[in-house]
Amino acid sequence: MKAVEVDDLCFSYRNGRVLVGVSFTVEAGEILGVIGPNSAGKTTLLRLLSRILIAEAGTISLFGRDLNALTKREVARTVAVVPQEFQVAFSFTVEQVVAMGRYPHARGIGLETAEDHQTTERAMDETGTAHLAAKYLDQLSSGEKQRVVIARALAQHPRLLLLDEPTAHLDLSHQVEILGLLKRLKSEGGLTIILVSHDLNAAAAVSDRLVLLKEGTVLTAGLPEEVMRPEILERAYGCSVWIDTDPETGKIRILPRL
Amino acid sequence: MTPGRLLWVMGILTAGLVGAIVLALSVGTVRVGFAEIVGILFGKLLPSPVSWTETQETIVLSLRLPRTLLAGIVGSALALAGAGFQAISRNPLADPYILGVSSGAAFGVVMGVLTGLGAGTGILFLPLFGFVGALVAAVVVYGIASIDGRLPVHTLLLAGVVVSLFFSSAIMLASALMQAEELQGVVFYLMGNLRVVSYPTIGIVLGCLLIGTVLIYGQVLALNLLSAGEEAAAQLGVEPEWVKRIIFVACSLVTGAAVSASGSIAFVGLMVPHAVRLCLGSDNRLVIPASVLGGAIFLILADIVARTVAAPLELPVGVITAFVGAPFFAYLLRSRYRSVYP
Repeated sequence: MKAVEVDDLCFSYRNGRVLVGVSFTVEAGEILGVIGPNSAGKTTLLRLLSRILIAEAGTISLFGRDLNALTKREVARTVAVVPQEFQVAFSFTVEQVVAMGRYPHARGIGLETAEDHQTTERAMDETGTAHLAAKYLDQLSSGEKQRVVIARALAQHPRLLLLDEPTAHLDLSHQVEILGLLKRLKSEGGLTIILVSHDLNAAAAVSDRLVLLKEGTVLTAGLPEEVMRPEILERAYGCSVWIDTDPETGKIRILPRL
Repeated sequence: MTPGRLLWVMGILTAGLVGAIVLALSVGTVRVGFAEIVGILFGKLLPSPVSWTETQETIVLSLRLPRTLLAGIVGSALALAGAGFQAISRNPLADPYILGVSSGAAFGVVMGVLTGLGAGTGILFLPLFGFVGALVAAVVVYGIASIDGRLPVHTLLLAGVVVSLFFSSAIMLASALMQAEELQGVVFYLMGNLRVVSYPTIGIVLGCLLIGTVLIYGQVLALNLLSAGEEAAAQLGVEPEWVKRIIFVACSLVTGAAVSASGSIAFVGLMVPHAVRLCLGSDNRLVIPASVLGGAIFLILADIVARTVAAPLELPVGVITAFVGAPFFAYLLRSRYRSVYP
């Protein structure tokens, strides 16, 4: 089953076109990496998929249903977003922040039910943040914080997880940890994941398929080894790149030629 | 948050509120014992031997009770408005006084008196004038302060100062031009004064407080989510624009009602929600109702101090709250600015 079908999507902000005729599909249980140079429209695409923005033209369907036909709560029960920046005003504990993900499922004045509590705990277990439950968000390292924000998204119990630059600002070991977590969520939880990243190596390593955007259009889409080719990346980024495979893992490695 | 914790906290605060009310009825130039207070208040329901004088009964029922009830309701309203404005602006320094919303409400009340619509029996409509003035001020401050949908702390405070000054000057202009005698009195009490008011007035202010509380409490979860920003909240199914409108209207309603009855009393809306957050955490499901009860307790206690500290002279209660509140504001500005806006 197709998790996401995007067909001929167009969007512009007041100061110009951002996406022009973007089409792609994502299979259920697949990780799709969206890459591309700055201002290619990657973040805008995530906003359209979570219906923070409404497309000008074209359609998006999630799991066979038109995104525009869903209520706001249905969207929030289907799609969870891990934004690039996450700041909370006022001091909330990790557990409170994760429990906020239960909002689309809440009724009445929103006192937590046993189910909310279970889902919140499971989300913290899956992301290895259970031991941080009582800490305040501003006491965490950026790696820990990123896992908490992912836990919050999992507490939504979504079918599709969108991540905007999940490994930016993280050191190597935290990058490895977050990417490992995403793979686990896919293989164990059957979650469909779309991640936007500037880190081509990370995107190539973790994604089943890639979409390369440039200036609001899809330049190439396909398997990582089909997209990560010197001539394609040079056309996208306008600089010379060097590509080979890691002899031990067989993963693609991309380096700019300085 | 569990229902048990909510009930537990509300229970303690309610007990504290009852204690504060009894204390306020008891303390003053004429002291009235606790047993007598219970007798005076409930004597008609449960006949008991009369152990108090008629003077004491008059003092309690006609002077201290209405004033104490008003103090409690106004304190609740201001603390609720402060908690609401702080949550919606994601800014711990917001409160109806600092945002200029109180001044807007005061200007609305002055207009009500000047046009004659708020005179005589129309005095019952003064809260409505206060509401409109407060709403106008809140919308103007928001319009000036918001940059790309965000409300940075410095623009919000500056906008609040500007709007506050504007409306204060407009009030001064009105009072200078009109020289209407009844306006002199109005301007005096708009400085932040609790007086003895009639029970119907108390009822109307209480009605506004209840409506405001229900409206804001309906949005507590959304307010929690909005602490992470509008986009993050929207992704969880919140409609930020709606929540903002509801909160602005509700906060303006309770501020307008409070100011129409007692003028702009400073810093209650700033301090009470903070004290609540320091004790109970930032979850608005707890902060909002606890601020309502805490605000009542705080202003009743402040009014006791205002009545007794320089007796027989009576100080405006706004002096007491400002003396406590100004240093508290300075402390918050210095210590919390960075942690909230890193």
